[in-house]
Amino acid sequence: MSDTAPLLTARDVHKRYGALEVLKGIDLDVSRGEVVALIGSSGSGKTTFLRCVNMLEEYHEGAITLDGEQIGYRGAGSGRKRIAERLIVAQRARIGIVFQSYNLFPHLTAEENVTLGLTKVLGKSKAEAKDIAAAWLERVGLADRRGHYPYQLSGGQQQRVAIARAVAAEPKLMLFDEVTSALDPELVGEVLEVMRGLASSGMTMIVVSHEMLFVSAVATRVVFMEQGRVAETGPPDELFRHPKSERLKSFLGRFHQVFR
Amino acid sequence: MDLIGLRHEIFVARWTLLSGFTTTMEVSVLVIIIGTIFGLLLGLGLTYGNRPLRWLIRAYVDIIRGIPALVLIFFAYYATSLIGLNVSPFGAGVFALGAFATAHIGELTRGAVQSIPQAQTDAAKSIGLGFWKRLAYAILPQALRRMLPSWVNIASEMVKGSTLLSLIGVLDLLLAAQQAIARSFLIIEFYMALMIVYFVINFTISRIGAVVERRMAYVRF
Repeated sequence: MSDTAPLLTARDVHKRYGALEVLKGIDLDVSRGEVVALIGSSGSGKTTFLRCVNMLEEYHEGAITLDGEQIGYRGAGSGRKRIAERLIVAQRARIGIVFQSYNLFPHLTAEENVTLGLTKVLGKSKAEAKDIAAAWLERVGLADRRGHYPYQLSGGQQQRVAIARAVAAEPKLMLFDEVTSALDPELVGEVLEVMRGLASSGMTMIVVSHEMLFVSAVATRVVFMEQGRVAETGPPDELFRHPKSERLKSFLGRFHQVFR
Repeated sequence: MDLIGLRHEIFVARWTLLSGFTTTMEVSVLVIIIGTIFGLLLGLGLTYGNRPLRWLIRAYVDIIRGIPALVLIFFAYYATSLIGLNVSPFGAGVFALGAFATAHIGELTRGAVQSIPQAQTDAAKSIGLGFWKRLAYAILPQALRRMLPSWVNIASEMVKGSTLLSLIGVLDLLLAAQQAIARSFLIIEFYMALMIVYFVINFTISRIGAVVERRMAYVRF
């Protein structure tokens, strides 16, 4: 794969829950170093798409590829088959995700949350894993909290540990699923600050977010999703200032105080 | 109450009583170990198994839980000899009580594992852990902690249930005491002593459980 080829491609991705089709053919390319923001009202399929990218959800048609390798399946059409679980597990290890509700392991300390994947998935030694965890916890501003359990941390701190846990494995791609939506307003800034740092370090990121100021400042491209489709896409400046569709105009209207 | 007489009778029957006590402890420990190992496996099968496996385990768990332990013990005892298997009363009793404990711990395990939020599995998947590692490092450490109080309860029920084996002739603590009673007629004295011994065993189990629980109190959700 050359470096100019997109890191992630999604082609005509469909996803159904029974009769309800929640993704109706998503097409998306993400290049290395890009920060793509997915925006749209709830139910538009942003989170579902994100979860399909690392096979937390199955998708039913189309293909998502990372570095040219199809995620979760091989073949296409009627010959499409789910690949072995062990291969899916290996694919997931190359993609990091941070969830809205943090999802830290409550029985492990901040440090152990970070080292678990390093030792049990990547096979690093305990000492090396601890060093890596220490470096990342320091980078997210929690060097002094590494022995704390999740319940001893604020939401913002837990979310920063969750980010450290995901990035410590050096994923090729980071997914952020409304990571500040569950936080008290005064804690949002510290998490966004960490994400800003990651973005400027060249991490490829797909960010589902309602933080429009953050999106307009950090995203290289914004994708507006509407009813399971990509409705509009472009650089944040262009998309926010000159929305083409009525849908996007009315969606952005809800954030008018941000763009005043 | 004839405490001096009791002391004397206990001394006379000391070897039988001691062997009865040992048998009670052996039965209890074996049943708890068997029930825990197979119960955990069954609980995992109930949670993650495919449909036929789940159906099979579900049938086992529901049937066994619906039968009194004593009936199971008699059945295991007589059925094994009827089909020509030379199984000792001890073996048949441990088998039956073990099967009983397995069903209960199986159901307990299923409930505990399913009570761990899906988000925890998602998180474990997302860092690249495969099925068994997800279980070992993310799900079971949390589920086992949730199971602990009920597990202690079942363990203590099994100690008490071990007395049922005296009815198929296993010389446990109860039967040993009954033999001493038949000789001495110190009925109240011996049963009082029995109550104290069983209470001490179970109280010890529940205290150990409480200590372990307190040690694990740092896990909160």
